[in-house]
Amino acid sequence: MAVQETALAIAHLGALGYGLAAIGPGIGVGLVVSKTIESIARQPELASKLQVTMWLGIAFTEALALIGLATPFIFA
Amino acid sequence: MLLSNALNLAATMAGLSASSGDEFEPPTIGEFFPQAILFPNTIFEMNRIMMIRILIMVLLLVIFSLWTSKFRKAYKNQQFVPSRFQLMGEISLNFVRKSIAHEQLGEKDGDRFLPLLATTFFIVLGMNITGIIPSLNISGTSVIGLPIVLAAAAYFTFIYAGIKKHGGHFFKLALIPDGVPKVFLPLVFLIELLSTFILRPVTLALRLTMNMVAGHLLLVLCFSATQFFFFSPLAEGFTKAFGAGTFLFGFVFTLFEILVAFLQAYVFTLLATVYIQLALADEH
Repeated sequence: MAVQETALAIAHLGALGYGLAAIGPGIGVGLVVSKTIESIARQPELASKLQVTMWLGIAFTEALALIGLATPFIFA
Repeated sequence: MLLSNALNLAATMAGLSASSGDEFEPPTIGEFFPQAILFPNTIFEMNRIMMIRILIMVLLLVIFSLWTSKFRKAYKNQQFVPSRFQLMGEISLNFVRKSIAHEQLGEKDGDRFLPLLATTFFIVLGMNITGIIPSLNISGTSVIGLPIVLAAAAYFTFIYAGIKKHGGHFFKLALIPDGVPKVFLPLVFLIELLSTFILRPVTLALRLTMNMVAGHLLLVLCFSATQFFFFSPLAEGFTKAFGAGTFLFGFVFTLFEILVAFLQAYVFTLLATVYIQLALADEH
């Protein structure tokens, strides 16, 4: 019984941990996109180039959140 | 009656058993380790996901051989108005060639690495899209084996490209950037080593897999919740309203998954290209 409860508590900790892990990348992706929108508004002719860079930035930032998603499975 | 049939179908398609228990069972990671179909307990064990991968590989091979033969024929007969099928091939191959390879690497190097980039793009796209195709319902890239192979291909290619261009000097360029104070060199060396030669391939594989895993789990969650809200013995009027909400959510997420499938294929190929470009660049 106690073991089950501990296992449940750890599973809940995982959910909490992922919530924490998602804060940083969330802010990061928001910054990347907002700056891209600003830049495109200033120089619309660079839009296609900026978008490619934006996807790259999102991919790098998002990797952190996805590593957070993977960690519970690794340390289970 | 029609609606309940459709929901049952959706729930079974999402990989659920149609039986409704008293308790809601959220999807687990076991979704990605389905029962073996052929050759159980050997290294050639075949399950649903492996079957989907093989199906997609065969499909890609057939489509691409058809496209190549069309291109050849058109070139031989100097026929410049393409048929619809041929146009589809030209557009999708030109997308990888023009807006990924040429944009990042320039024409010469872009064409040099185009075979790898195009292969990567279309394999990732094909394997991702099965995640939302009814009755397949799981993407071939949602188990980490395939992404590891693709990431390894990208990894060895950018190291090969760097060594071919700069020789042994490549590692010095990659690991010891110019203009760093001597005091920080060991630290910078370690960080560059970690980020360039370890984290790059790991994040490439993990990003793809985890995107597909999260997408699949979300879809299963939505559709199994719909199934539960409609058909559990406890279901009443207002829980059915919840069910309609989760079904709508599931539908919207399905559309979102189409976007994610394309986006991840694009991002994977783009990152592989950028890594090659960084390896080819004279200074970092």
